[in-house]
Amino acid sequence: MTRKVLEVNNVTMQFGGLIAVNNLTMSADYQEIVALIGPNGAGKTTAFNMITGVYRPTVGHVALNKENITGMRPDRIAQRGMARTFQNIRLFKALTVLDNVVIAQHLRLKSNWLASTLRLPRYNAENRLMYERAEELLTYMGLWDVRGEISSSLPYGAQRKLEIARALATQPTMLLLDEPAAGMNPAESRELTGLIQGVRDHFKLTILLIEHHMDVVMDISDRIYVLDYGNLIAVGSPAEIQANDAVIQAYLGVDEDEA
Amino acid sequence: MAKMASKTKQGPGAVVSVALTAALLALMALLLWRMQAGIKDVYIMKITRLCAINITLALAMNLINGFTGIFSLGHAGFMAVGAYATALLTIPASNKAMMFMIAPLVKPLDTLTLPFPAALITGGLLAALAAYLIGMPCLRLRGDYLAIATLGFSEIIRVLIMNAQPLTNGAMGLRSIPANATVAWTYGVALFTIVFMALLTTSSYGRALKAIRDDEIAAESMGVPLFNHKMLSFMLSAFFAGVGGGLLAAYNGTIGQDMFRVTMTYNILMIVVMGGMGSISGSVISAFVVTIGQEWLRFLDGPITVGRFHTDGVVGLRMVVFAALLLIIIVFFRNGLFGTKEATWSGVWRSFGKLRGLGKRGEAA
Amino acid sequence: MSAIIQHLANALSVGSLYALMAIGYTMVYGVLRLINFAHGEIFMMAMYIVFFGLTMFLMPWYVSFIVAILLTAALGVAAERLAYRPLRDAPRISILISAIAVSYFLQNLATVLFGGRPLTFPQVPLFTSMIDVGGARISRLLILTPAVTAILLIALQYLLKRTKTGMAMRAVARDYDAARLMGVDLNRTIAMTFFIGSSLAGVGAIMWGMKYPQIIPTVGAMPGVKCFIAAVLGGIGSVAGAVVGGLALGIAEVLIVAAAPALAGYRDAFAFVLLIIVLLVKPTGLLGEKTTEKV
Repeated sequence: MTRKVLEVNNVTMQFGGLIAVNNLTMSADYQEIVALIGPNGAGKTTAFNMITGVYRPTVGHVALNKENITGMRPDRIAQRGMARTFQNIRLFKALTVLDNVVIAQHLRLKSNWLASTLRLPRYNAENRLMYERAEELLTYMGLWDVRGEISSSLPYGAQRKLEIARALATQPTMLLLDEPAAGMNPAESRELTGLIQGVRDHFKLTILLIEHHMDVVMDISDRIYVLDYGNLIAVGSPAEIQANDAVIQAYLGVDEDEA
Repeated sequence: MAKMASKTKQGPGAVVSVALTAALLALMALLLWRMQAGIKDVYIMKITRLCAINITLALAMNLINGFTGIFSLGHAGFMAVGAYATALLTIPASNKAMMFMIAPLVKPLDTLTLPFPAALITGGLLAALAAYLIGMPCLRLRGDYLAIATLGFSEIIRVLIMNAQPLTNGAMGLRSIPANATVAWTYGVALFTIVFMALLTTSSYGRALKAIRDDEIAAESMGVPLFNHKMLSFMLSAFFAGVGGGLLAAYNGTIGQDMFRVTMTYNILMIVVMGGMGSISGSVISAFVVTIGQEWLRFLDGPITVGRFHTDGVVGLRMVVFAALLLIIIVFFRNGLFGTKEATWSGVWRSFGKLRGLGKRGEAA
Repeated sequence: MSAIIQHLANALSVGSLYALMAIGYTMVYGVLRLINFAHGEIFMMAMYIVFFGLTMFLMPWYVSFIVAILLTAALGVAAERLAYRPLRDAPRISILISAIAVSYFLQNLATVLFGGRPLTFPQVPLFTSMIDVGGARISRLLILTPAVTAILLIALQYLLKRTKTGMAMRAVARDYDAARLMGVDLNRTIAMTFFIGSSLAGVGAIMWGMKYPQIIPTVGAMPGVKCFIAAVLGGIGSVAGAVVGGLALGIAEVLIVAAAPALAGYRDAFAFVLLIIVLLVKPTGLLGEKTTEKV
């Protein structure tokens, strides 16, 4: 039996006169990897921002695990189990790798500020657990050795991995990855493909990703949604999408590197 | 307290070193207290106590401006609230009756007096309440707008004080505030503030505040409720500013609305900036450097003879020199003494090592 | 009737003074995204310069005015060169702090140079004598201030729209990096912005001094903050917005006090209340453009 983790129903986002996303309906089942693709400016990141609460959709509904989260604040949505990475890496730049992953667990903290400041036993226990989980995650992602580095000093690929580690630290059920392979070379993006699938199985996640590297998308996606100028033009398995005329049309003229 | 801090393993170095710093300060305060009887020089004791008050005030501002990255310019207002509350709650009833000539002081304040610590805490809590009311609209604003809006509210507080004759004695201010700002109280409060800030900023909440400083959007997406955390930081900051203001009232003996102009906020801001926004040890050291420095520069106000050039003394020259020095620091050393780092004891150890190895060049780099 | 005319003329002249100074804030904010906290102190220095020009050097009023405006402009340019330019690539908060430090420095400098005791701005009869308008006796200043402001505004519009320097300023304000790539001389353009903004503050200071003659080193602080607020009210970055905001603030202040004299003591607080309301209701100001941060 499949369980719908994410449901997006007839969502539209309008900025002034510009319709960035038009009447989008999509969903993701439990432990499914779903990709959202489309040429530049198709509205993919806008769709992400609506799902994660950064923008409030003009029309339509978003539900996470059957709960309506439309127009909810991003932190509330994160608390309900949605985590994301950003297209142009938004780490806590001045803080260490370890701190980045520890901070992301703050939302699960039950002690209040006073108990935390006074270091009451319950807080100490929770805090210790945060560090243990951080060690686990960083080890899993192969970043434990650089835990003391300032995050912005890491190489690009490691920063992208750290963003994923940070997102996982919030203990999500739904993970959104915004161009995780951007700027990676073929070897790195192959490694990433394995990593994403591994993460899905290990943490029992449902994943929605935006990606331009078609080899990555075709490799790992169970289902693909294609956006063009804010409109959904195709849905299907990788094989179906590769054979879809409308999709080929939309990508025509877009050069190999981006497509 | 120090034991509690060193027990926590996380935030390696920082907690331990701040605790050690606190211990060092405690030792200093103890020494001062023992010396107090011995030191006949009232002037030196006065400056020493002012240093401690400035530590409290600087740390209060550093929490919101340095650790949370919210550029608030409203501290003079919070200090005013704390100062007036402390003054009104500690001045003896007979003096109040004499002072409020235009309109009598409202009941029950006219006869109510509290012990000094209770008055200080009340002042802090009222300042935190003011911060709550001001934060409601202001903390939703971004960057520069927030700076100007908080500055505006601080001025509104001042205008209210000037006009609320039966509560504040208006433009005439308050006199004969009992001199409770002893070495023990000023250093006691400074010590408490240091330990509190060290523990808060290294707790999970403190880490969340730093995350907000680094990237609000990312922090929110990682589940940090922005408004709620900013409000926490803002109110705590105001609480300590209020307590610091109360100490300042007891230190000065007289207060008036004119003291709490924006210049007061700037004075504290300069200590914070010099020490490094987001560094507790930086603020502590800077509070000493700035407070003592301003006094040390006092010779500039007196007669100066340089070769054949002679002046009979220019009052205020030291402040000009001081402001110029600050400007130079801001332009050329924009991160202050420590940036967001703390002076660590291992760091002190290392610099000793460097000093010893100074003969062999190049190693220090 | 005559009271109403008096209030209206007063409101208009206070409003135009705010507008003159608000332009300086808005122009600097446009090119550097900086609240120039020192603008109020530049204004204060102008008042002192006129005072000493007239009383100590016994200059004719027009000479002292021109000297004051030029020196004020030079001061603004110097502040930019020494305290802001080195920080242009630093985080925005650093340059904001630097502006605060400049303001702090100038206040202290004025205290040393001119003393802390209040001085009285000299009256120039040509500007301050009383005339009859519709049965009301009002100071000529109340007519002259809006007139001078209007003339300066027309000149400024011409400069911004028709001259190369003005176009460069607008280009930098619109897109700093693109303007640099297009070969706009940033240093020169930014210096010009400070020159114009500060000289307008100089003009404002002269008329302010004739209206409110007390000069102390902190005299610029309150008008400074208020005029920044005026710029925000109108929509920061827009010259037209600064004028609208300045007029709106001045008129509101004068008329509220005229209508409810009991509130006179709170006059300085109005601006802040108005600011909070505008920021909450329409954060971009009356004439500002909407910008959203890209995620």
